[in-house]
Amino acid sequence: MSWRRAIYLLPLVAFAALAIYLSHGLTPGYNPELLPSALIDKPAPTFDLAGLKGEAPLTNHAFTDEIVFVNFFASWCAPCRQESPVLMDLSRRNVIVLYGIDYKDKPADAEKFLQQYGDPYRRIGVDDSGRTAINFGVYGVPETYAIDRTGHIRWRHVGPLTDEVVKNEILPLLQRLGAS
Amino acid sequence: MIRAFIAAAILLGATQMALAVEPSEMLKNPALEARAEAIGKQLRCMVCQNESIEDSGADLAHDLRVLIRERLAAGDSDAQTIKYVTDRYGAFVLLKPPIEPATYLLWFSPFAILILGAAGAWFYVRRRPIPPDEPLDLDQRRQLERLLLDDQ
Repeated sequence: MSWRRAIYLLPLVAFAALAIYLSHGLTPGYNPELLPSALIDKPAPTFDLAGLKGEAPLTNHAFTDEIVFVNFFASWCAPCRQESPVLMDLSRRNVIVLYGIDYKDKPADAEKFLQQYGDPYRRIGVDDSGRTAINFGVYGVPETYAIDRTGHIRWRHVGPLTDEVVKNEILPLLQRLGAS
Repeated sequence: MIRAFIAAAILLGATQMALAVEPSEMLKNPALEARAEAIGKQLRCMVCQNESIEDSGADLAHDLRVLIRERLAAGDSDAQTIKYVTDRYGAFVLLKPPIEPATYLLWFSPFAILILGAAGAWFYVRRRPIPPDEPLDLDQRRQLERLLLDDQ
């Protein structure tokens, strides 16, 4: 076949390439509304939040020399209830160190929420203004961040954590970051 | 009844056209407020992703509007204010994507396709054989003569 004939195959090839590229959008589980974090591999934002239940304030200095997970939640957030058993399980089995940031919530409601669904957090900071959430780039609770020993954000998950996320993302992440 | 419907429709349209900015959010300095609105219109609300934060009624959009006004009041330039938001939310918050390596395909592929198409058309037209002239047959010659006589 001469190149002059071959050129007529070009549209077909171009179409195939486009179809393969666009089929990415049809993959099960692909959600175009989930966005990558701008803070991956950046130092975690500094913050200084009042503690829930009159506890000591929660600041980013609490995260020293260990891999921590920070979970933004709220009592008014329905998916937070959904992910609660997953968080409880992780915390009970000591798989991760988990801090909570209570986003735009009434402390009394948050306490009721934790009584009802369990409290998986080592400590909880109250982000009344939502500014700490903005500094993390949170756009909807629940969101979970992993911060490594050097204080850099290495992972972010938007939406409720599930057993699949734990198995496919969190456990490999811990391995990669070298959990002790 | 019909008038009431029309009035309702117009009112509904008006509410949708109005910006979501609440009077309490606005800055007293009209020049600063105008800058804040111009910046807010360029920024995507991450909750309802096809609205700007000036148009969106979402809680986060409200917080970001207030934040932008705070930055401007504190003396930040427009570029610094926008960078403050993109540092946290990434380039996706810009409703007009910036020209950078990740968006070259988006910005330049239409021109590339245009050039390819033009090149293809040019080659096609150039290579098409021009049919040789054939002499007219008797009928056609008579027809031509008639037409030429008619003209005179």
